[in-house]
Amino acid sequence: MEKKIYLDNAATTKTRPEVVEAMLPYFSDMYGNPSSVYEFAAQNKKAIDEARLIIANALGADNSEVYFTASGTEADNWALIATAEAYEAKGNHIITSKVEHHGILHTCEYLQKRGFEVTYIDVDENGVIKLEQLEKAIRPSTILISIMFANNEIGTIQPIKEIGEIAKKHKVLFHTDAVQAFGQLDINVKDLGIDMLSASAHKLNGPKGIGFLYIRKGIRIRSLIHGGAQERGRRAGTENVPYIVGFGKAVQLAMDTRDERVKKEIELREHLIKRILTEIPYTRLNGHRKNRLPNNTNFSFQFIEGESLLIMLDMKNICASSGSACTSGSLDPSHVLLAIGLPHEIAHGSLRLTLSHENTMDEIDYTVDSIKEVVDKLRKMSPLYEDFVRRR
Amino acid sequence: MQKVVVGMSGGVDSSVAAYLLKKQGYDVIGVTMQIWQDEDICNVSENGGCCGLSAVEDARRVAAVLDIPYYVMNFKEEFKKSVIDYFVSEYVMARTPNPCIACNRFVKWEALLARSLSIGASYIATGHYASITKLPNGRYAIKNSVTRAKDQTYALYNLTQYQLEHTLMPVGAYTKDEIREIAIDLKLPVADKPDSQEICFIANNDYAGFIEEYLRDEDNRKIIEQKRARYQKDMEKSGYGFTPGNFIDVNGNILGRHQGLANYTIGQRKGLNLALGKPVFVKELRPITNEVVIGDSKDVFADSFYVNNLNFMAIEDLKDEMVVDAKIRYSHKGSRCTIRRTGKDEILCRFDEPQRAITPGQAAVFYQDDYVVGGGTIIAK
Repeated sequence: MEKKIYLDNAATTKTRPEVVEAMLPYFSDMYGNPSSVYEFAAQNKKAIDEARLIIANALGADNSEVYFTASGTEADNWALIATAEAYEAKGNHIITSKVEHHGILHTCEYLQKRGFEVTYIDVDENGVIKLEQLEKAIRPSTILISIMFANNEIGTIQPIKEIGEIAKKHKVLFHTDAVQAFGQLDINVKDLGIDMLSASAHKLNGPKGIGFLYIRKGIRIRSLIHGGAQERGRRAGTENVPYIVGFGKAVQLAMDTRDERVKKEIELREHLIKRILTEIPYTRLNGHRKNRLPNNTNFSFQFIEGESLLIMLDMKNICASSGSACTSGSLDPSHVLLAIGLPHEIAHGSLRLTLSHENTMDEIDYTVDSIKEVVDKLRKMSPLYEDFVRRR
Repeated sequence: MQKVVVGMSGGVDSSVAAYLLKKQGYDVIGVTMQIWQDEDICNVSENGGCCGLSAVEDARRVAAVLDIPYYVMNFKEEFKKSVIDYFVSEYVMARTPNPCIACNRFVKWEALLARSLSIGASYIATGHYASITKLPNGRYAIKNSVTRAKDQTYALYNLTQYQLEHTLMPVGAYTKDEIREIAIDLKLPVADKPDSQEICFIANNDYAGFIEEYLRDEDNRKIIEQKRARYQKDMEKSGYGFTPGNFIDVNGNILGRHQGLANYTIGQRKGLNLALGKPVFVKELRPITNEVVIGDSKDVFADSFYVNNLNFMAIEDLKDEMVVDAKIRYSHKGSRCTIRRTGKDEILCRFDEPQRAITPGQAAVFYQDDYVVGGGTIIAK
């Protein structure tokens, strides 16, 4: 197949042409600074408000509760650091999980260095957080629970409603990193008891470089970025108008097309899972079998090196991934796979394929055929496999 | 088309190596190895030579110009195990390691080669100014490039025949000036990186500080304990190499206090803080008694020593005796030496002229007609 097969939609997605089109006027035609007084700028303010409203509606929130940021990661940093600072007088304890995105985990490590205490809750073999352990971990000094909506590597969806109830019962704030879930899953912040939520445009066919933090009304939170009255004085910096407009458009399209997209993705996903598990021996599916993101699959192939597998798939024009990439673009064994109990060597032989509604059955079949061929080749060269076969 | 993986640092030599192989008709894949551990990204980024973060950025640009696929492969675990753990344990056991040799043998030519073969490559290639020849006796051996003043073979003496058979060194046929001209003609965005003499994973050459930091980690201490389990009892007095002890002279007279064996190497003169009215040098480290033996300049010369951990290259084995040129450290010019088999994994080396600071832990590499005959690790015996 000459065409690229893109199966890394958890990393980022293609920006929809309609989104690009909606953004374009705001570069060279309507370029005014929304904070200015003249009429020329006012239309930009209106464009931002419209985008904000679309997003608020998608969450069941009020538009005054949505604050734009430059990324989902910034929203994560903001939620954690600024809450920790604002509620420092009440306590210094934060609860999160072992399978969070680095946007949360590294921020927690930063806060620990600054004297905060963090409890990292375990997950079960499917990647679902242990609720009992979570509730037990709450102390009088606990100020925040931050648990992701759905996992970026293995796709497992967390029991968000239950976590929201626990947080409410103990009067602790609840933040969720919904970067992977927003636009894919049904999210109503009021029903689910969510106090803060992070999301990002480029995971739902919007542009890179724009995200938001939902902050429920009445929550005290400090600013992370200082220097202006934008975003109700909470997030300074001239608004990124074209990207905010693009974000709004992407969310609108995502909500309008969600049911059909999800249906198609699940169909492709189930076909992919079924073929891989039945046709390639010594293989497992990571993550929850049912409660997972519609477009996520994550497999471990015993006896092989994930890095070699990815490179060989790239040679066949298949874009895949294995966990999260580090600075250099090389791969570390995933903390998520280690947290669900996989031994090091199996975590190393893992592959994440995340689909989009634009993928076809043919592409999936070509991908499975390619994986079969490559895994077979790599196993034939693997000393681990050789040992295994000999011992059998 | 045969595939070859070129280890790329973004520097002139490996970049042109990739270009030459592409021109020769190979299917070239560029790879940079990631070896730095999390905590020292910045150190390695600045000092990391072939494998730092800036190497990744530079190599990626070169690969784009050459229009070859490029990947970063992760060898963190292999590097930790084969190079860092080895490096620290050697110091703890009062020897002076050569981490580059360990990196070549176990990371570049074992882990990288294995992964390269697994993705369908037939060879790995580097930018060394050296050549690999199949000799009439059927053995593969490395020879320093004749036009190259600086030796690039010492740190490669430990490669196996299998590794050599799967290695290409295309720039070995050129002079450095010719290679630089090719790079200029191609407008390759290469930085002419100075060859660092320092160790890539240690900031500011502060060995002792690095070792102390390493040993703060309990898991690391376990690894070191395991490695020196055989010597545990013998080394109680010297601890991990940071227990102070006595400086003594060759007659056993106490001259002062030292800061722990890991702070000293054979031949060292500076930083001893001994005022004896004449220049003095470290002659020997004695881990069992935790003593540092001090001598004057003639005391640090010796003419014979033993090596073990042998590897042979141009010859299959050393039956009895052979006259070679031997180098006892990277910067040593080499000197005439007779080597003689004295045990299953042991050779006695006797120089015609005494040599300065023969240091346990360093490699002795033997040459004949410019080919690497073989080599081993110098032992205290």
